Amino acid sequence: MLEVKNLHVKLEEEDKVILKGVDLTVEAGKVHAIMGPNGSGKSTLSYVLSGREGYEVTMGSATLDGEDLLEMEPEERAALGLFMAFQYPVEIPGVGNMTFLRTALNSQRKARGEPEITAPDFLKLVREKAKALKIDAEMLKRPVNVGFSGGEKKRNEILQMAVLQPRMCILDETDSGLDVDAMKLVAEGVNALRSPDRAFLVITHYQRLLDHIRPDVVHIMSDGRIVETGGPELALRVEAEGYTHLDDADLENSGA
Amino acid sequence: MATDAKRRAAEALLHVLPLPGHEAGWAREARAAARTRLLEAGAPVRRDEYWKYTDPARLTAPIAAVDATEARPDFESQFGEVHPRRVRFVNGHFRPDLSDELTQGGLTAATLADVLQQDLCFARDLFGRLEAAGQEKVARPLAALNTACATEGLVLHVTGTVAQPLHLRHDQVGEGACLLHHLIRVEPGASLMLLESGTVTNKVIEIDVADGGSFQHVRLQEGPRAPSAGHIFVRLGAEAQFKTFTLTADGEMTRNEVVVEFTGAGAVGHVAGAVLAKGESHIDNTVFVTHGAEGCESRQVFKNVLTDRAHGIFQGKIFVRPAGQKTDGYQISQAVLLNDGAEFLAKPELEIYADDVKCSHGSTTGRLDEAAMFYLRSRGVPQPEAEAMLVAAFAEEAFAEIDNEALADAMRAHVARWMAERYR
Repeated sequence: MLEVKNLHVKLEEEDKVILKGVDLTVEAGKVHAIMGPNGSGKSTLSYVLSGREGYEVTMGSATLDGEDLLEMEPEERAALGLFMAFQYPVEIPGVGNMTFLRTALNSQRKARGEPEITAPDFLKLVREKAKALKIDAEMLKRPVNVGFSGGEKKRNEILQMAVLQPRMCILDETDSGLDVDAMKLVAEGVNALRSPDRAFLVITHYQRLLDHIRPDVVHIMSDGRIVETGGPELALRVEAEGYTHLDDADLENSGA
Repeated sequence: MATDAKRRAAEALLHVLPLPGHEAGWAREARAAARTRLLEAGAPVRRDEYWKYTDPARLTAPIAAVDATEARPDFESQFGEVHPRRVRFVNGHFRPDLSDELTQGGLTAATLADVLQQDLCFARDLFGRLEAAGQEKVARPLAALNTACATEGLVLHVTGTVAQPLHLRHDQVGEGACLLHHLIRVEPGASLMLLESGTVTNKVIEIDVADGGSFQHVRLQEGPRAPSAGHIFVRLGAEAQFKTFTLTADGEMTRNEVVVEFTGAGAVGHVAGAVLAKGESHIDNTVFVTHGAEGCESRQVFKNVLTDRAHGIFQGKIFVRPAGQKTDGYQISQAVLLNDGAEFLAKPELEIYADDVKCSHGSTTGRLDEAAMFYLRSRGVPQPEAEAMLVAAFAEEAFAEIDNEALADAMRAHVARWMAERYR
């Protein structure tokens, strides 16, 4: 589904290289986790895949079902089925949560040549998904993320994911700022979306989220590369030993 | 006192406009006083502080008045679900053939030309009076020119609650100057909603809202238009309510001045607007609010959306006299620049001579929030729609000033259409 090959990325303004050759293949139906220390390039990878400005791809490729993501506008990537749950969801005063979500859904459907969803059907869909995430009507009425607590913002991200039904979901540090109860709620929301034709890339610093969203594959990222790939046990090892030994592994892998 | 050059320019302005015909004595006196005001102030020039940001040259070029025409410009409702009675002026002439019946419960209407010939009329306390009062602190020579020369206009006498709003529509066909002067008197406890569209070269509206009266005004200025200067002078009695909202889109040059004076306690006066400007468009909103009575509330809310090489101007003043204790004054002017070439210039001013007042003002200029833009797009909203959503959100504070939700929606729709047209 998602295929990233030898991806090199630098910051446009600072001439600073962040990703130094990332290789990653995520198959449909799977949950992949990327772990790594701060500054290893995890979030940059998610931003580059979703199309945020400010990054320059100097080498490599990224495709979703064979289509070149890097050539597309962010909205085209979304219509293709890519979704990133933000580490810091943006507050947008004056834009209602429901209006935003309906516009997003209908824009995607339009781009895919599907008919727009009717207002009653949309309302039904959102209410059903919101209920599972314990998002009340009041939150739906408010402007996008404005005045939401950290947990509410993350739940709102998962609600968007549930309504938009993307095929490739990237969760960027979704556990940051969440207490245990909120994390469970978010994880349940994600798990409910797991299906044979949908894939997840869960980016996290800590292993704890992976107790609730069980990954099939775990990658360790360090200094702009994926330095180790394994099963869920890899996450447990990181939890026990930290990232220190991985720097050594990174050094060995890169032949330094 | 004007310089010789400014005085000569003022004389030139008067010279090309026809002299009013036979009128009642009070009307002739009002016109003579206005001529004196104009000649003393002189024609406005860029060097004048009040015209620092807007070059008055295009508004003061002496052009002969256009002839009456038989033109019958199309009329389309521009106010959505609101269905007002139509009052139409074409090239500055009232056109009863294109208008609906004006008289309804609580409202009588006449033309300015008729009223100025009558010896006894409420209009004698209004015509040129509010305009003159509005020049106490700042000269407004174009308004004086209007009082001196305008022969046509609408005179509304509101004596009760007027059920159906009026839509005052101005069409200008062909070249030439066109002056209009409207007078509106709202009696105690009476109320009227006036919708307005189109502009003319020089227009003055004098509005007198007596104690407990209410006047609501929503105005639309859009499309390719000749340069226009408009003044609204408002006097508010105790507990009176006045709200005006103007949506100005494009047009070569538009100068809208609104001058409000509170003369009775506990009144409310809101002046709001949204500006949409592209190309070389220049749109100036100049507001002057005088608090001359206790416990009045004023708000000035202006939102500018500017692109290409367009200019948005806001000059707003809150002036509180010693009698204006417990004044609640608020003023905000904001602009979002959709590209690098557009410019917003703001001059917020407070002048306060009372010690127990609450006045605040603010002004900002910026881009659309890039993080919000990316967030919307990452969810599949295409860039044009994402921009339109953020622009709508930006302008919302101004739309919220319109009390009638159907009208507010109609104005929002104009903004959405303007945004969509940018990408055609």
